[in-house]
Amino acid sequence: MDQDNDRSKSFTRRAFIIGAGQGLILGILGARLAWLQVAQGARYKTLAEENRINVKMVAPLRGEIVDRFGVPFAVNNENYRVLVVPEQTDDLEGALIRLSKIIDLEKENIEQILKIAKKSAAFLPLEVRDSLSWEEVSKIEVNITDLPGIGTDVGKIRHYPFKEATAHIVGYVAAPSEADVGEDPVLTLPGFRIGKTGVEKVYDRKLRGNAGRAEMEVNVVGREVRTLKQEQSTSGKRITLTIDAELQLFTQQRLSLTKSASAVIMDVKDGAIYALNSFPSFDPNLFTRGVGAQQWEELLNNPAFPLTNKSIAGQYPPGSTFKMVTALAALKENLISAHTSFDCPGHYDYGKDRFHCWKRGGHGSVNLVKAMSESCDTYFYKIATDLGVDKIAKMAKELGLGERLEFELSEEKPGLMPDKDWKRGRFGQSWQPGETIVTSIGQGYILTTPLQLATMTCRLVNGGYAVKPWITAYEGTHQKEHVKWPKIGLSATHLNLVKRGMDQAVNHKKGTAFGSRIEDKDFAMGGKTGTAQVKRITRQERAMGIKNEDLPWHFRHHALFVGYAPVHDPRYVCAVIVEHGGGGSSAAAPIAKDLLLQTQERNPGAAPIKEPGPDADGQLILPVNHAYLSEQ
Amino acid sequence: MSEGIKLQNEESLIYKITHVNWGFLALTVIMACIGIAALYSAGGGNMDPWASRQLSRFGVGLIALFIVALVDIRWWYRLAYPAYFIGLILLIIVEVMGQVGMGAQRWINLGFMQLQPSELMKIAVIIALAKYFHAATKEDMASFRFLVPAAVLILAPVALVLLQPDLGTSLMIVMGGGAMVFLAGAPILYFAIAGGLAAAAAPIGWFLMHDYQKQRVLTFLNPESDPLGSGYHIIQSKIALGSGGIEGKGFLNGTQSHLNFLPEKQTDFIFTLWAEEWGLLGGLFMLLVAGLILYCGIQIALKCRHAFGRLLAFGLTINYSLYVFINIAMVMGLIPVVGAPLPLVSYGGTSMLAILVSFGLIQSCNIHRDAKLPRM
Repeated sequence: MDQDNDRSKSFTRRAFIIGAGQGLILGILGARLAWLQVAQGARYKTLAEENRINVKMVAPLRGEIVDRFGVPFAVNNENYRVLVVPEQTDDLEGALIRLSKIIDLEKENIEQILKIAKKSAAFLPLEVRDSLSWEEVSKIEVNITDLPGIGTDVGKIRHYPFKEATAHIVGYVAAPSEADVGEDPVLTLPGFRIGKTGVEKVYDRKLRGNAGRAEMEVNVVGREVRTLKQEQSTSGKRITLTIDAELQLFTQQRLSLTKSASAVIMDVKDGAIYALNSFPSFDPNLFTRGVGAQQWEELLNNPAFPLTNKSIAGQYPPGSTFKMVTALAALKENLISAHTSFDCPGHYDYGKDRFHCWKRGGHGSVNLVKAMSESCDTYFYKIATDLGVDKIAKMAKELGLGERLEFELSEEKPGLMPDKDWKRGRFGQSWQPGETIVTSIGQGYILTTPLQLATMTCRLVNGGYAVKPWITAYEGTHQKEHVKWPKIGLSATHLNLVKRGMDQAVNHKKGTAFGSRIEDKDFAMGGKTGTAQVKRITRQERAMGIKNEDLPWHFRHHALFVGYAPVHDPRYVCAVIVEHGGGGSSAAAPIAKDLLLQTQERNPGAAPIKEPGPDADGQLILPVNHAYLSEQ
Repeated sequence: MSEGIKLQNEESLIYKITHVNWGFLALTVIMACIGIAALYSAGGGNMDPWASRQLSRFGVGLIALFIVALVDIRWWYRLAYPAYFIGLILLIIVEVMGQVGMGAQRWINLGFMQLQPSELMKIAVIIALAKYFHAATKEDMASFRFLVPAAVLILAPVALVLLQPDLGTSLMIVMGGGAMVFLAGAPILYFAIAGGLAAAAAPIGWFLMHDYQKQRVLTFLNPESDPLGSGYHIIQSKIALGSGGIEGKGFLNGTQSHLNFLPEKQTDFIFTLWAEEWGLLGGLFMLLVAGLILYCGIQIALKCRHAFGRLLAFGLTINYSLYVFINIAMVMGLIPVVGAPLPLVSYGGTSMLAILVSFGLIQSCNIHRDAKLPRM
C-alpha cells in the first residue's frame, strides 16, 4: 500500500510536470497566433490582398497626331481579332482546323497556338490572328455556333493615312523593347505599342494617356471570380503640328522625282515648320504590326537611307549656300564693303596651292553682290585668310549652323562647324590657312543639316532674329508658347546687302538660279545655290576631262538650294538638298521654286493654327466587355 | 457483502451512465462542431462534400465512444496486448502491400473507410504500456532490464511506421510512449541518456531521411527560400492566419481558403481556415477548448485509483495533445510540415475514429475509476 502511495505521488508529480508542459505549449501556440494575427496582421493582410486581387490594366487609347488644320497624321483604326478560349472548345486543335477553313490561318500558326495553350491556363483567351478583314469577321460570326470557344473582338491599331509622306515627322509605334519595359507597367500589356521615332517618340508620354484599372478577384490558378473595381482609362493627348498636310504631301511628291532628297519649308518670322520631308521614305504602317525580316533588310540596305530623316539628320557640306555666312563675317569685320571688288581669274593661289573657282575662265571683276549672285568662289577665297576661321565659325553658329537647334524631334543631328580649337581637340593639329579658304565656300570639315540651312536663311531675311524651328503647336489644348526671338545683332545694311545678293542670284539674268526664278513679281523668290563636293576631282581626272556627272552616283556632288519668298517681304523659307544630284542650280533650285510657289499659293501661315477642341486633352473611355467571354 | 453490492452498482448501466464525464463529452462535441462548421465553410458554404460526411462519421464515432466507455475496463486491460499485436500485424500488412507494388501506402481500404493502422497503433502502444507498467514496482522502474521490453513495445511500431515512411507519426509514437515511461516513474537519468543518444543519432537519421523529408526540414528552416515549392503551404497558411486579424474575415469569407490559396484546407490546414475566418478570438477559443479537453483528461487520470487507468487516461490525453500541438504548430510555421491532422476538426475518418475511441477509453477510466484490476 505504501508503495502504491509512493507510485501515486510520483505519478501526480510527473503528471503535473507534463500538464504544465502542455499548458506552456498551448500558451506558446496562443502567443504565436497573436503574433501572426495582431503584430503581423497588417503585413499579412496586404499579402492576402495581393494574392486575391489581380489588377488588370485597361490600355488607354493613344492620342492622335494632326496637322495645323486638323488633318490626321496618326489615328487609331479598328483591329479585328479572332480569339479562342481553350476550355470552351471541345477540342482545341479541331476547333482551329475548322477555323482555318473559314479564314486564312497557316498551319504553323495553329501549331504555335497549341504550344502556347499548353503553357497557359485553359480559361485565358488566346489571340489566333489579328487584322481580320470585315469579310473574315462576318464569316466567323455566321459560323459561330459551329465554333465553340472561338470569338472575335475589336482592338485598336495605329494607322498613318499619309504613309510615306509623314513617316519621318510622325514616326511610328512598335512593341516596347526590354529596355523600355519597367518604366510604366502599362507597357507589359500584350499588344501595347510605344513611339519609336519622330513625334510618336518625343511625345510618347503625352500621347500614351493613362491606363484604366480593373481589380479582379482571382483564385489560386488565376481564374477571375468577380470584378471588384473598375477605373476608366484616359486617352492620350492630341498633338497638333505646325505642318500643312497638303504641302507636306506635295513636297514629298516633288522630291520623289529625284533619287534621294530632303526639304524644309519654314516660317521666316516665327520658325514654324510647314513641311519637313525626306525621300525616299517608308510606310510606318508596316511597323505597327511588326515588320518582316526581309522588308527590314531592304530598308536598312537601301543606299538612299529611307529610314533616316535627312532633313534633320542628314549632314552635308553647305557648299556655296555658306557664302552668306562668310560675307556677313567679313562685312562685320569691315574687311569688305558693298563696293569692294576683286578680280577673279578662275583660281586663287595661296602659297603653293591653287584653289579653283567653279567657273574655269573666271568672273572678272566682282563685288559682293555679284560674287553671291554668280557664286564666285575667288571672291571668298581672297577674304578668307584675312578673316580667319574662328570669325567665320562664330558667324555660322549665330546663324544656326553646326549646332543643335533644340528641335523637338530627337533624330536631329548637330552638324559640324570647325574652328581652330576644334581641330586641335579633334586631330591635335593646328589649323591651316588653306582650310579656312575651303571653309569659306562651305567645303572641308563643315557639315550642316537642311533644317540648319533653312534656319540660317530665316535669320538672314527676317531682319536678324534668331528664330528656331518648331513643329508642335498644341499638346492637347495647351498651346506651346514661344519666346520672342532675340536679335542676333547684325547690321541691317549688311543683311540687306546679303539679301540683294540672294535676290540677284535668282532674279538677275547672270544669277546661278535665274532659270528657276518665279516670274510672278508677287511671288518672286530669292536664294542661293550650292554644290557640295563629295569627292574631290583629282588633277589626273581633271586632266582626263572627267566631269562630276561621269562619276558613280554616290560620288557625285550634292545639290543645294536655300530660298525665300516673296522677295519684297519674306514670309517663307525653303531649303532643298538633292543627294548626289549634281549642281545646285540645275537640281535643287527648280525644286525650291516649285515648293515656294506652292507654299505661297497655299499660304498656310495666313490663318492661325486650328485650335483643338476640348477633347484633345484625352477622354475617359469605358472598358469594353467582350460578350462571349462573360459567358463563364 | 457491502463490496458485492458496490460491485453490482458499479456494473449497472445506470451507474455507468451517471459516471460518464459529461463536461469532457461536451467539450468533445464542441470541438467536433467547430470542425463541422469549418468544413461547411471549406465546402464553400455547403454541407457537401465534407461537412455532411464528417457529421455522420462523428455520429458513428460517438456511438463507438459510448460503447468503449461502457465496456468494463478490465476487458480493455485483458485486450491490451492482443490489440497491440493486431495493430502491429496491420502495420506489417500495409508495409507488405507497399512492397508488393501498390506504392507507398499508409492505409487499408475497408470499403466504407480507409483505415490507417498507424493511427490505431498510437492508441495500442499506450494501452500496452499502461498494462505493462500497471503492476510495476518502484524497483522495477529503476531496473534497466524491466524497461527494455517497454522500449521494444515502443520501437517495434516506430520502426514499421518509419519504413512507410512516416516521420511525423513515428515521432508521435516515440513522444507518447516516452511520456508513458516517464509517468510510470522511470529514472530521469535514463531519459537524459536516451536524449543524448538521440542527439548523437540525429546526423545518422538525417543521412537516412528521404529527400522529401530533408526538403521539409530545410523548408521549415527557411520557407521563403522556395515560395512556389514546399515553402508555399506554410507561406500561404501564415498569410491566411495573419490576414484574419483579431476578429477574422467572417464565416465563409476567408479569401485565402475560398480562392484555394490555402492548400489542404479541409484536412491539415483546417485550423488556418478557422482562424482566418474567426480571427484571433476564434483561434484562441479553439485552443481553449483543446486545453479544457486536456485538463479533463488529466483530472480523470488523477482521480483514477488504479495505475492502469491513470496511465491509460493520461497517455491518451498526451496522444491527443500531440496531435493538436503538432498540427497547430505546423500550420503556424513553428515546426516543419509533417502532415498531421487536427483531430475532431480535420476531415478524415481514421483520426476522428481513433480519437473518439481514445476518448471513450478515457471515459471508461472515469467510469471505472474504482475498479479492481489484478496485479501481476
